[in-house]
Amino acid sequence: MHNDKLALIIAFLAILGYLLAMKFSARKFEAWPIYRLLLFGAGVAVGIQALAGPVAMHAHHSFVFHMLGHLLLGMLAPLLIVLSRPLTLLLRALPQRRGQAVSRLFRSMYARFLIHPVTAAVLNIGGLWVLYTTSLYHYMHQVNWVSFLVHVHVFAAGYLFTMAMLYTDPVPYRKSYLFRAFVFVGALAGHGILSKYLYANPPTGVDADEAQEGAILMYYGGDLVDLILIVILCWQWYRAAAPEHKLSASEART
Amino acid sequence: MEEKHTYNRRNCLSGILFGFGLAAFVDEAVFHQLLHWHHFYDLSTTSWGLISDGFFHAFSWFATVGGLFLLADLRRRKKMIPMLWWGMVLLGSGVFQLYDGIIQHKVMRLHQIRYGVDNIFYYDLVWNGIGAVLLIVGVLLVWLSRRKKHAQ
Repeated sequence: MHNDKLALIIAFLAILGYLLAMKFSARKFEAWPIYRLLLFGAGVAVGIQALAGPVAMHAHHSFVFHMLGHLLLGMLAPLLIVLSRPLTLLLRALPQRRGQAVSRLFRSMYARFLIHPVTAAVLNIGGLWVLYTTSLYHYMHQVNWVSFLVHVHVFAAGYLFTMAMLYTDPVPYRKSYLFRAFVFVGALAGHGILSKYLYANPPTGVDADEAQEGAILMYYGGDLVDLILIVILCWQWYRAAAPEHKLSASEART
Repeated sequence: MEEKHTYNRRNCLSGILFGFGLAAFVDEAVFHQLLHWHHFYDLSTTSWGLISDGFFHAFSWFATVGGLFLLADLRRRKKMIPMLWWGMVLLGSGVFQLYDGIIQHKVMRLHQIRYGVDNIFYYDLVWNGIGAVLLIVGVLLVWLSRRKKHAQ
């Protein structure tokens, strides 16, 4: 089966699943806000651009469109979907026993390791370094399933990273805002350095001109999405540090 | 007393972060994007320069937003000390400007202020001179605000 059809089926199932979960959750809890459904739908629609539709079509022969697809699939789509809180919805929708099993899985050592901000950042940015500095990029245009796996990784790693920064879903063992800010700066630097590196060192099979255009898009596009993430992270801190609970001297120093 | 000490530090942190970010933003927006005085990437750089530039950019991007949210928090608590805050903003901008002008431009030769001009010395002089003035005025303001506080 072609990747674009497979992606459309996955997208359809994802939205159907979200709607069903909203329905089941409404039996026990108050109604799930519609804007979260819109965020989820927008995230799926944005992400699918990398695999189906005009952007995906041009991406086969244009590095710039490939990069546009990656920004959408690896950064913007994860951000929108993380904000729609799918895991919280899932936990609400499941019967109690199943819900407990899911939250146990969430609290396992494995999940804790994966959701750790440093692991998430390494998987996210490290994956991009591997993709563009080895022959993997060339290879993914030759073999269909490699291409599909690369796209799955880009989305999954982007999602993991965004969730590890924003904690919109019930993530256990949370790290402090300061710690996440440090990891964020490191990840953003890794992304920026890779963009500038690609500007001068095109991936295998990419023309120098195209690599430069793609690198500039990656740099500024990445900055733009990251700016949204930074504002949300700081906003969360601002709300959490509201003066109702008086600031103790030790907290204020962080 | 302990509380006042804490908010002093917060004013300093917020000001210096925003100062860093502001100087970086002016450098990028005005000189890179509007005037095209420097380029997206100078191909002759060392890899250390590339890495330091990457971290510096990432840090300043976060510092601008983070510094302003810290300021919003101080204002909602009515604990902002304007003279100290502005002093730290100028100090931060001056430090950034000098770091960029001396370390990045000269020591690492990451990029120059402007390409294709006969005498880059004057550009460097103005660039670093402005940095030094910002730094000195910043230190002065911080010192004045300390004196004012002790006089109270």
